[in-house]
Amino acid sequence: MYTQGLDQKSAENETSMADEGVAAASFQARVDAEEKIEAKDWMPEAYRRTLIRQISQHAHSEIIGMQPEGNWLTRAPTLRRKSILLAKVQDEAGHGHYLYGAAETLGISRDEMVGDLLSGKAKYSSIFNYPTLTWADIGAVGWLVDGAAIMNQIPLCRCSYGPYSRAMVRVCKEESFHQRQGYEIMVELTRGSDEQKAMAQDALNRWWWPSLMMFGPSDINSSHSAQSMAWKIKRFSNDELRQKFVDVTVPQATAIGLHVPDVDLQYNEETEHYSFGEIDWQEFQNVLAGNGQCNRERMQTRRQAHDNGRWVREAAAAYAKKHSNRAAA
Amino acid sequence: MNIATDKNVLLEYVLRLGDNGLILAQRLIELVAHGPELEEELANANFSLDYLGQARLFYSYAGELEGKGRVEDDFAFMRSDREFCNVQLVEQPNGHFGGTVARSFFFDTFYQLQLEVLTNCRDAHLAGIAVRAVREIQYHQRHNSQWMIRLGDGTDESHRCLQESVDSLWRYTGELFAGDSIDDQFRDAFDGPDLSALLARWREIVESVFSEATLDVPDDQWMIEGGRDGRHSEHFGSLIAEMQTMQRSYPGQQW
Repeated sequence: MYTQGLDQKSAENETSMADEGVAAASFQARVDAEEKIEAKDWMPEAYRRTLIRQISQHAHSEIIGMQPEGNWLTRAPTLRRKSILLAKVQDEAGHGHYLYGAAETLGISRDEMVGDLLSGKAKYSSIFNYPTLTWADIGAVGWLVDGAAIMNQIPLCRCSYGPYSRAMVRVCKEESFHQRQGYEIMVELTRGSDEQKAMAQDALNRWWWPSLMMFGPSDINSSHSAQSMAWKIKRFSNDELRQKFVDVTVPQATAIGLHVPDVDLQYNEETEHYSFGEIDWQEFQNVLAGNGQCNRERMQTRRQAHDNGRWVREAAAAYAKKHSNRAAA
Repeated sequence: MNIATDKNVLLEYVLRLGDNGLILAQRLIELVAHGPELEEELANANFSLDYLGQARLFYSYAGELEGKGRVEDDFAFMRSDREFCNVQLVEQPNGHFGGTVARSFFFDTFYQLQLEVLTNCRDAHLAGIAVRAVREIQYHQRHNSQWMIRLGDGTDESHRCLQESVDSLWRYTGELFAGDSIDDQFRDAFDGPDLSALLARWREIVESVFSEATLDVPDDQWMIEGGRDGRHSEHFGSLIAEMQTMQRSYPGQQW
């Protein structure tokens, strides 16, 4: 079982340095030729570990992301909106399920990944540590957070690792629905009463900068970028993607009469891009370090759900065991 | 029986179906992100969506029958808690996973039998909704029966937890079969369900699942009723308040 090789290599399994060098060169050649690497193919340990980290983080983000949106399920203003939001949150659980499956092809179990999330070893997207305070936040999350996620994820459909790239094709299709639904909530609010317009603007004010932070540290400070680019896990740099997001999103805000909360925001005719203000990296680092508004609650809720489900999972296992014993007898 | 009376009976009956679905959906969505296992998260969201979808069909039809211009959201968000006519079973708090499963199992087993009869009722529109709904509820019922068996015959702890839930929810099951004049008139005018026949069949299914789950069937006891007349549990008011907060705080706006 290739899972065994993850953290330690036994002497007999160890490929000689020369063989390893040949394998690595042929691996890189396949990547360079845009061939997909599949689960059973040889791959450098660091590539495998990078993918496990990235895919499991992505899965955890989907699962934790259910909380801020779930916060409005019981209070959605219409039955139609309630159904759409519920279907969206269900999609997120589905994405989590799907992505854990993709990570499992790399030789790690879902239990292990969930264990890493619960112990705090594994991370999830920091954006979900911000609170959803009003109904407009559900619109803003769909529009901006899913919008930023799509920018990040569309290039992943071409990722060199086959199972991840295929998972992302499906995930992206659903995410683009979510983005449109979110924007549609904002459109409706901006067509409504003064109170509704103010609600929409307030949500944009609070979610704009955290959404820009979703692309990660700027290129000069990004520790994983260069290697991931060479492995074709990543196709564009953090700053390139962030710029794309700003360029696409600002006109969407303007079109519905919303004001992007950045005094430095300006369209540059020459570059045909928006230039924008500096992100508050101190806030970014603090939320990442666990000091955001909701970090503790998100993890507490996740751990509580896991702990409350312990006896249920044990019962299912005990029942399955009894049943197979009976069948065997 | 005249046509106007029949229409009122049908309207009342359809509203009860809508209320049962909406209130159970509202309880189940409280559990989103709190499931014991990812697969159960998916199932729970799926079931909630089914109940919600069915409630919307029932409410839209109720609006048509009533002919006063009310739409689905008016029924869900602009009625007071005393105007809701769901059975009290579906509004009971979730409790632990065993409580949620037992509540759904009792209700789904009843609801599936009810829908099976409704697929052949004399109102074509309602029969059409029932045909669609019964397929969904058959799946819910099977899923929840399996959990009843797994938890009942799982570990000592799961057996004890589930038996406690069964014992405390049992008193709400009588109301499912305690018909009133609307049920009688609906049965006569539209070939609706005969509740005593439904009870016999329900009891058979429950006893068979309990036997496999090694659970005890509670003794006959005093049953709590009143939901159909708008008399609900104390915590129902909070459920309604939370659900209606946006429409009550910002009346008359589009979302």
